[in-house]
Parts: sequence; structure tokens; C-alpha cells
Amino acid sequence: MNKKLFLAIALACTPVSNISAQELNINFTNLTHGNHFTPLLFSAHTEDQHIFEINTSASENLQAMAEGGDISGLLVDLTALSADSAANPAEGLMAPGQSISFELSTQEINNKLSITAMILPTNDGFVGLDSLSIPTEEGTYTYYLNGYDAGTEVNDEIINGGGAPGAAGIPADPLGQNGTNASGVINSENNTHIHIHRGVIGDTDTTGGASDLDSRIHRWLNPVARLVIEVK
Amino acid sequence: MIKISSKVFLNCILTGSMMMALSACELPSDQEYSISITNLTHSQPLSPPVAMLHKKKFSFWSVGKEASEALEIMAEGGDGSGLLALKPGNPQYQATAPLIPGESVEFRLDTTRDNLKNLSIAGMLVNTNDAFSGVNGIELLDLEEGQSSVHYTYAYDAGTEFNSELTGTIPGPADGGEGFNTARDDITNVVTHHGGIVSVDDNFTGSTLNSAQRFDNPTLRIVVTAH
Repeated sequence: MNKKLFLAIALACTPVSNISAQELNINFTNLTHGNHFTPLLFSAHTEDQHIFEINTSASENLQAMAEGGDISGLLVDLTALSADSAANPAEGLMAPGQSISFELSTQEINNKLSITAMILPTNDGFVGLDSLSIPTEEGTYTYYLNGYDAGTEVNDEIINGGGAPGAAGIPADPLGQNGTNASGVINSENNTHIHIHRGVIGDTDTTGGASDLDSRIHRWLNPVARLVIEVK
Repeated sequence: MIKISSKVFLNCILTGSMMMALSACELPSDQEYSISITNLTHSQPLSPPVAMLHKKKFSFWSVGKEASEALEIMAEGGDGSGLLALKPGNPQYQATAPLIPGESVEFRLDTTRDNLKNLSIAGMLVNTNDAFSGVNGIELLDLEEGQSSVHYTYAYDAGTEFNSELTGTIPGPADGGEGFNTARDDITNVVTHHGGIVSVDDNFTGSTLNSAQRFDNPTLRIVVTAH
């Protein structure tokens, strides 16, 4: 048997228990008072990978997530990179105040955790976590996540069903607390990089005004989500 | 000073083996905490804050769960005594006056029981419909003598009253309106974080609040020191 072949067999026969380095109990809470999260994507990946990075342009697949809640493209990317992902663990939209708990098995090399989901209703706002070092010591760890702006769409705050990448407007308000016929808060933006979301404006005019969002309902203050990781 | 009550002493005498006696005779740790609360907001007095030491499982509120009536009464009207009445035998404190923005209040809580080492504190941001702030069961067990822990708190929404900001609905000095009422008319009847207030200065012409009452996180600083 030559050495190369032996090595290949040895690698193929590595016991599963060695590959699966960590079992994490994850609890995640939408802290906002009036915003839903679209299907969540949790992913443990290597140190040189990112779902998003502050002050860079969003990838097309991040844009699809931030503008329309579509995580399928990001999931394809991450699967190709052998990341350990949990796609849509809340099985749909996550309501204000709602929590979910689930387990995530991570390979030892995938020691960074990233999270994304669109904040709805926004134009391209998302709750995000970029490359948290996954704790390895036994214990319970709590983190608070902020709201980000993908920088890919003008925050006009018009609800018109627009959720496809590049389509203006907001898909919907799952709470049904929105107004209609807004003229638009703003029609151009300079910062096309990912940044902390400046929050939404809204108004109290249900049949017009600048925004289809309600300023008493759809605003938020950071943080927007709580993450609790239990390492067993 | 460490005191051994006669009851504990008797238990030790009566225990069979010497080993058992030693473990059963572990002295109660008479633990004293000094606690300071600072109001970090611009113009949101905190209703007289309440504080309690309690077991790990207890809490004043949980994000995503319906508020208890005691929490609703505190968050809408500023009276936290109902929260303390949930565990009347526990070490507890209620301030005698609202905590004015920019000011601090200091007090002490004692416990002799290791299972009463979670601290909760709550008070209403009185110029709102039902916003409150505080901490929910900080774990103090690992805080050693002489050590302090610092906590910056978020603003919560009790989810029990719609954030209408209308005249007559806000009990604080900005309005002088109604405090607690039994109606639950918010968009979701669960505790969440608060989205902040809008105010008349941000184009909500119906609001009785102005820019002075706006706030951002964090709203309080809480420092706990073990003695």
C-alpha cells in the first residue's frame, strides 16, 4: 500500500466523534417590539469566511436576504464551504419577543458563528452577527445583536411588495400595522456598504405621509436580538 | 460577623457521623451587597425603583412572555410594590422617591442563603406609556467580597399599553395623565425591548412628549459590590 492511499483511507475512516467537535445549545430571541425576523440563518464556519463584513459591499446573496428574506443563496455558498448551518430554525417568521431553541453541531475547524435574518418591515435591514468566536469552555454565554443596513437599497419606507434584489420598497408588514400610499422618506443614499442601521422613521399617517411604517410601532433601539449559547 | 443560629447548631449536633456533621454544619454565608442605580436618561425619571434577591428560577419578567399584573402596574403607573409582594420574605428594597435623571441611589441588601443570590431591579420610565428598565436576575453567586459588577440596562416595553404618547395616558410630569389601567391594548401582549418614543418634535403632532423625553439604550447603570 502506498503512503498516499493509506492517508486517504485514514482520513475517510476518521470516526464521526472526532469530526463533530462541539454540540451547542442555542437560544435566540427577537427583542424588538414591532418587527419580525424572516427565516434565520445560523452558520459555523472557518476563520477566513464571512456572511457579511462591516464597511464592505454586500454579496448578491446577502442582498437577497436583506431585501427579501431569501437565505437560499447564502446557504448554497456556506454548504459549498463545508460550514455547519441551521437554516430557518424558527420555521418561518419570528414574531416580536419570540424565542427559539435548537442544537447546532459544529466541526472543530468551523469555530466562528455568523447569523443573519431580515428585519421586516425594512427596506434592507437585517439582524446580524459576523464571526463570533464560538466559546469552547463549558458554560452559558449571552450576546446581544444589532440591526444592520445592507447598503443595497434606499430606505424609502414604502410598502409595495418589493422584496426581490434591486426592487425598491418593502415586501410587507407581518403585523399588518402599516400605512399605505406613502410618498417615500428618501430617494437616494450614499453609503452602499454594510453599516449599523440608522433606524426607521415612520409616521402616524395611515393613508399617506412620507412612510408606510408607524413611528410608534416599527422603530427599534439596539440591540434587536439576544443570543444565548450553552456549551456542554 | 458570622452568626450560627441555634437551629443550625442543633442540626449539627444531631447529625450522625462526624463527616455528615461537618458538611451539614457549613456556616451560612452572611452576604451583604451594596447596590447603586444611576439614571442615565435625559428626562425620564425612574419610578421609585424596587430591588429583590431571589432564587434563580424567579423573575420579574421574561421577554416574549405576557407581563404579570404586578409588572403591568409598575410599568404603567410606577408602583413596584406588587413585584416585591410576589416574594414577601425575600431581601428587598423600595426607594422612597423617583430616581431623577443624572442622579444615583444607593442601598444594601443582605442574604444568608446561597440560593437567594439573583438580583432583580425594576422601575418605570415615567414619561412613557409602559416602558421600564432594570435587571432581571443578575447572578451574584460568583461575586467575591470586595468585587463589583457593573450592568448597563435596556429599556423594556411591558406590552400592556399601546405607545400612543397621547395626552392623559402618561403618568410622569411630562403629562400628568393616567397610570395603571387593566386594559391590554398594545400590538402584542408580551414583554419586549422598547423602540423609544417618537415625540412631537419628530413630527408626531398628537404626542404629548417632546424631544426631552426621548431616550436610547442604555438607560440605567447598576453597580453591585459584595461586602
